[in-house]
Amino acid sequence: MKYYDKLIFELSHPGRIGYSLPAAALQQYPFFAEKCSSGAAADDAAKTDKATASLSFGEQRFARVAALCNIPKAILRESKLDLPEVSEVDVVRHYTNLSQMNFGVDTGFYPLGSCTMKYNPKINEEIANHPLFTGLHPLQPAETVKGAQEVIDGLDKALAAITGMKHFTFLPCAGAHGELTGLMLMREYHMARGDAARTKVIVPDSAHGTNPASAAVCGLEIVEVKSGADGLVDVESLKPLLGPDIAGIMMTNPNTLGLFERQIGEIAKLVHDCGGLLYYDGANMNPLLGKVRPGDMGFDIMHLNLHKTFSTPHGGGGPGSGPVGVGERVLPYLHTPQTSGFHGNFGVMLRAYAYILMLGKQNVKLAGPLAVLGANYIKESLKDCYKLPIPSVCKHEFVFDGLINDGAREGKAGATTLDVAKRLLDYGFHAPTIYFPLLFHQAIMIEPTETESLETLDEFIAVMRKIAAEAAEDPDILHGAPHNTPIGRPDETTAARNPILKA
Amino acid sequence: MAGFSYFPHTDDDIRVMLERAGVRNLDGLYSDVPADFIYQGEYDLPDAMSEQQVRDFFEKLGEKNTKLKVFVGQGAYDHYVPAVIPYITSRSEFLTAYTPYQCEISQGTLRYIFEWQSMICRLTGLDVSNASMYDGPSAAAEALRMAVACTRKRNKVIVSTKLMQNVLDVVKTYLKYPDIEVVFAWDVLDELGPDVAGVLVPSICRHGVIQDLTGYAEKVHEAGALLIEYCDPSALAVLKTPDEWGADIAVGDAQPLGMPICYGGPYAGFIACKQDYMRKIPGRIVGQSVDASGKRCFVLTLQAREQHIRREKATSNICSNESLMALWATVYLSLMGPEGLRKVNELSCAGAHYLYDELLKTGRFEEAFPGRPFLKEFCLKSKVDIPTLQQKLLDAGFFGALEIDGYVTFCVTEKRTKEEIDALVNVVRGIAL
Repeated sequence: MKYYDKLIFELSHPGRIGYSLPAAALQQYPFFAEKCSSGAAADDAAKTDKATASLSFGEQRFARVAALCNIPKAILRESKLDLPEVSEVDVVRHYTNLSQMNFGVDTGFYPLGSCTMKYNPKINEEIANHPLFTGLHPLQPAETVKGAQEVIDGLDKALAAITGMKHFTFLPCAGAHGELTGLMLMREYHMARGDAARTKVIVPDSAHGTNPASAAVCGLEIVEVKSGADGLVDVESLKPLLGPDIAGIMMTNPNTLGLFERQIGEIAKLVHDCGGLLYYDGANMNPLLGKVRPGDMGFDIMHLNLHKTFSTPHGGGGPGSGPVGVGERVLPYLHTPQTSGFHGNFGVMLRAYAYILMLGKQNVKLAGPLAVLGANYIKESLKDCYKLPIPSVCKHEFVFDGLINDGAREGKAGATTLDVAKRLLDYGFHAPTIYFPLLFHQAIMIEPTETESLETLDEFIAVMRKIAAEAAEDPDILHGAPHNTPIGRPDETTAARNPILKA
Repeated sequence: MAGFSYFPHTDDDIRVMLERAGVRNLDGLYSDVPADFIYQGEYDLPDAMSEQQVRDFFEKLGEKNTKLKVFVGQGAYDHYVPAVIPYITSRSEFLTAYTPYQCEISQGTLRYIFEWQSMICRLTGLDVSNASMYDGPSAAAEALRMAVACTRKRNKVIVSTKLMQNVLDVVKTYLKYPDIEVVFAWDVLDELGPDVAGVLVPSICRHGVIQDLTGYAEKVHEAGALLIEYCDPSALAVLKTPDEWGADIAVGDAQPLGMPICYGGPYAGFIACKQDYMRKIPGRIVGQSVDASGKRCFVLTLQAREQHIRREKATSNICSNESLMALWATVYLSLMGPEGLRKVNELSCAGAHYLYDELLKTGRFEEAFPGRPFLKEFCLKSKVDIPTLQQKLLDAGFFGALEIDGYVTFCVTEKRTKEEIDALVNVVRGIAL
């Protein structure tokens, strides 16, 4: 990766253009030809208009078009439009240079816990970019979009088979958006039964940060349930929380420690008996892919992240897709919440469906188990260098609580989790998720996925061991990391104190 | 184990890994899962397909769709997509990257988001923008919540029924449970009162009429509320900006900035606001900083506002959303520049007015809003049976005359040629009165 320090605005030269639009298109309309005899005349007329003398040539031309179309001047833009003026090759080189400061799944391994950074198959991209799909208007009549509807129906059926839910809505555009939609469904269910007092939702202390945030914006009060020493939801702590004010519980299973909540059967019974519903956060669905179905565990509502479990690319933070599935109880309300404008992120749905067809009923059974195998392999290979707080078999991910020997000594601070993460960048790996879950102070959360080979895992393990050795020898090597990236550690404090948010 | 290209494991690899993991077989990895929950059935999925079979499968599905010349907008505009955009956005360094948490290896993503924020500010005239929203309608809903968070002890918002239907539907959904009172009104200013936090109005209404918002900001501000404008960012190249109207927050969908209509998504929403409300804007924000050696760099900033810090005190739960689509719009705006974006509007506007005049000349329509200005989208009253009109257009390969509030709506972008417009008008002429 090489450092490149331009913004597109800094390449701008007035008069340079990067677009190609039909030159004579305006003059072909008799409407304009009649009134100006030619486009050139319109331009000339605009040029000599004294009232618009301060405007640029293009601004004058638009003013003229607007006048011919009876658009009053009072509703036209007055201020200068300061966009870059660059050629096509400037644009291509600039963004190519920017891309070369980025790490992606195609660049290397992403052991990012709870993020499921699996390989993004290329056939998915080809299908999602097919003009027979990208050219469809969202409001086209049903008989002209039969193929698109079959995609939605087929994906719905496949996801129902994989999860044990009845049906899905595809409106949510991301995981958090799915949580919000799912909680709205939870509320619709209770309200429809006249059960308006159910305004509290139980969230374990190990939950993803979006869970309480989604509940809060859905007008629900959050009740936290503690994890026990084994890292699992403590059923005895849960019992006293249950009552007529509980709308439901949000669970991630396996949880963010990568541990399967083995008492889920009892939890489901308790929550249902008190009149509540169970919400399944699908962020950690990957280890269960082809093995365990949330519907069978008693969940009533769930979301999936198609950009995690179903291989669609993360795009540097979207577009994702967070379809919400429901069981029998909630099915009548499935299409009540309209949380996005049209049919959801259709392009992402195409990719996920292509992936599922490639997997088929045969390969789907291996996806979860191979992901779990990779995680356990790494865990067992590193537990002598990094603290493993809960030493049981994990699912797709596990959490270390920092280095066993952080190198701390008289006058020298030890290496932290942040230092380890940054040092990994030097060795060509993305960092794991760090300081999450909040249960451990030095949390390092590692998730490999089933698309990584044994060689890749071995390289990662070797580097993690090397970093542990470096820390023991001299933690300063880690304090200063990364050393080989386009930039070093940023000054985040100044950025927040004196924000510069635009060029 | 060989036999699936996405799984690199050989039988030997699996043996080695199982041994290290200390379990006998793959099932042993699930010993902590109660047996009842291990799915024993056959998954109701098709047999695994080869890549060629998958390609053929979708080719056949695609052929079941009808390719139409699009003459409808209503929130999804068929503007031209320059070849450079998909070329750049499909670069795997952008496409397969995660959210830019590790800024040292995400400067590409962070820089284009910073450019996107800057361009949204320049289009709207406002001070602060974020790393994008899901889409226009949900951005509008988030802006209303933001208005409630920005004003004290005010829990009511007014939403103009001149907005497109999908914006109204999403707003209604979003505000139902946090218990914010929503008043839907055609004349929003009549509803102002001391409990109103925000007022949401469109810059172009659902019937295509460009709104004159003179006096709106003054009256809304007098009542102590915030003015939120829903706008088409492409049209902002030529129409009065939210800043010029005095709006506090601008929202909308960035789809018209070079994104394919793609059956409704993925698109990206945008939000921008005045400096005063910077700390209440939802979602991720990228800011400029320097690294330890003084090099300019970009980071996610002001994170104390965000859901993962605020958790149960959050006013929004949005985190990562439509980053790659923001790149899509940023590359588009770089290519178009001020002149290109104006030309797009000029050609769309001219084509739409030509179609409007020609349709009226057929005698099959009456004006719906005589004398009211429009840009690329308009409504007419149809004198012929609307389903017949729609079907005749479909039969000729056109999607137009979508019914809305008893009118029919049409839209023309720079992609539609005069020949296409003439052909559509000819179809209309052939319909008996």
